[in-house]
Amino acid sequence: MRQRIPLLICFICGMTMAIQFFIPHQYSQALYEEAVNWLRVIAVFGFVIGLGTLLGIHTRRIRRGGSNAFYSGVLIAGLVGMVIAWLADMKEERFFDWLFYNVQTPLDSTMFSLLAFFIVSAAYRAFRARTLEATLLLVAAILVMIGNIPIGNNIWDWLKLKVGFLPEGLPVKVKDWILFNPNMASRRAIYLGVGLGGVAQSLKIILGIERSHFGGGEE
Amino acid sequence: MKIRWFIYILVALAVAVPILAKIYFPVKRVSDSTRMVYDYIDKLPEGSVVIFSFDYGPSTAPELQPVAEALLRHCFERNIKAIGIALWPTGKLLGQKAFELVGEEMGKRYGEDYVYLGYRAGFSTVMLQMGEKIGKVFDMDYKKRPISQFPLMRRVKNYKDIDLLVDLAAGDSVEAWITYAYTKFDQKLAAAVTMVIVSQLYPYIQAQQLVGVIPGMLGAAEYEKLIDRPGFGMLGLSIQSIAHVLVILLVVIGNVEFFLARRRR
Amino acid sequence: MGVWIAALLTLCIYSFLYKDNPFYKFAEHLFVGVAMGYSAVLTYRDGFVPYVWRYLKAGFTGEPEKLLIIVPTIIGILFFMRFIPRLSWLVRYPIAFSLGLGTGIALPLGIQANIYQQMYGTLSPFGALGKLSPFQIFNAVLMVIGVLSTLTYFFFSAEHRGGIRWVSRLGIIFLMIGFGSAFGNTVMGRIAILIGRMRFLLSDWLHLVR
Repeated sequence: MRQRIPLLICFICGMTMAIQFFIPHQYSQALYEEAVNWLRVIAVFGFVIGLGTLLGIHTRRIRRGGSNAFYSGVLIAGLVGMVIAWLADMKEERFFDWLFYNVQTPLDSTMFSLLAFFIVSAAYRAFRARTLEATLLLVAAILVMIGNIPIGNNIWDWLKLKVGFLPEGLPVKVKDWILFNPNMASRRAIYLGVGLGGVAQSLKIILGIERSHFGGGEE
Repeated sequence: MKIRWFIYILVALAVAVPILAKIYFPVKRVSDSTRMVYDYIDKLPEGSVVIFSFDYGPSTAPELQPVAEALLRHCFERNIKAIGIALWPTGKLLGQKAFELVGEEMGKRYGEDYVYLGYRAGFSTVMLQMGEKIGKVFDMDYKKRPISQFPLMRRVKNYKDIDLLVDLAAGDSVEAWITYAYTKFDQKLAAAVTMVIVSQLYPYIQAQQLVGVIPGMLGAAEYEKLIDRPGFGMLGLSIQSIAHVLVILLVVIGNVEFFLARRRR
Repeated sequence: MGVWIAALLTLCIYSFLYKDNPFYKFAEHLFVGVAMGYSAVLTYRDGFVPYVWRYLKAGFTGEPEKLLIIVPTIIGILFFMRFIPRLSWLVRYPIAFSLGLGTGIALPLGIQANIYQQMYGTLSPFGALGKLSPFQIFNAVLMVIGVLSTLTYFFFSAEHRGGIRWVSRLGIIFLMIGFGSAFGNTVMGRIAILIGRMRFLLSDWLHLVR
């Protein structure tokens, strides 16, 4: 029972909204508008799960003690600090904005900028033309990189001046051709596959064949 | 010293030295995808309305903030009205910064020429509800003032009153806008995205689900060239040139080493 | 002071390039905490307040039809039951509603956007062949070959032997070109973030550049 009723709710909601799409009547439209209203309210409360789980993990670590307890304390202090900063000045939000610009922004940006170092290091150590496929990947990457940077186009223009018969702006044209043709073809195939897979998965969820999101436990 | 530390130092120098030396390489050519967005906005009549959705965070701000500013400058030069929203929490303050900076710089009037509505939770539900009535989701602007007091928002009810929606994105929001806003409501869409995800959006351009895509920092530089207002995009792209040359050199050296080692064996 | 704090936190993260260390761990945990705190505030201020609180207030002060919001609010509150082991099974109700409604709305739109529209894009050039240049016709044919061969590669219900094997290999070639171009673009994307940080350190913090 504990799983049957939610499965039934999922089925009724899913089928109703899928069928509603094809019915242009005003009552169908009113139902759709109310459904979206409900969805946004429920989604807002969904955030609680993530927040609660994070707090749970880190408070348990603090209670257990050990080397990581201090860092869990830092995490919770950061979270509580942001909330208190907002509560302290809810009208102008000066302290909240200050923490966003001077703490969150540099941490967020710097964390992702580490990837620049790793990608270059990986390019040197792992990017090898071992097989035909790897060579194609390498050549496509280099052609796109050359097309992206002004220095690539400037060198080409200089060569054109010296040689004369070279086509105008070739690096950018080659880059655009690669992106708009072979790259697009492979992406499109992936999207078609993902689309079909998505339809299958959606139907499985609505029909109750896929139940992992409800967790295990009593029927 | 391990080889990776040497590479890290080279990368840091490849970025720091051009910044210090103020190296500049002019942008001469513009990608097709950036030009598509520029041409579309340039052909919009005066008084048209463009919505900007700020769906990125501080980590991708160096790429997308210059694009946002260039797009806003273009719109304001053409007397096109701009409305800003954010569907990512971190996009809220970044969008606010762009609107306040460019709005003041171009002497535009808040409430008549542009309005910034801020962030709303819900993502896809926001996209769907904007199709019925924007005021249902964004009943107040970012400073908690009712939108009914702004002349611009009095004439913009839903997607039917919006000529173009530009999604500035670092994640999967473009696909969501296409699924919900374009497919259900026929809303014209353009995207300005970080370089990491740009190559996956070309099928949407060709299928006419997007009018065009502005690719990150490259697109920022190209757009600045098109509107003839150089900014951080052009500066950043010059620095990128040196770093890219380093990457290409390292890849070539790595492969030369690989083939030499294979030969020795 | 804000600039100094930002600069020090930046250097703490960059210390990871040498090796994992307490400064990096401190900055990493602080980032997660601050980011969650920011999201929590915005979810409350720009989610709960406009969608729930204002509706309830309006419902109790002259717009009784808005009180219908109590129903999804109660369903949403059931998410909190996750933290009470005896009642955690009640979480299935808000999940059922949100998944059911969300999937039902997205299903026809997803078919339209990802299947029909993409198929249209693949085949539409052939409806206007007379207006295309030879190069554009070549590109259109190449696109169809690319799409079909890549789809063949992902079709695992039939063994990749004989003709299917060759078509599948062609699909791999298209995929490799696609991934290569994505890598080429990704390099620029990652370095752009580094440029932003370097500029902050050299200009805003050390004032070495104007």
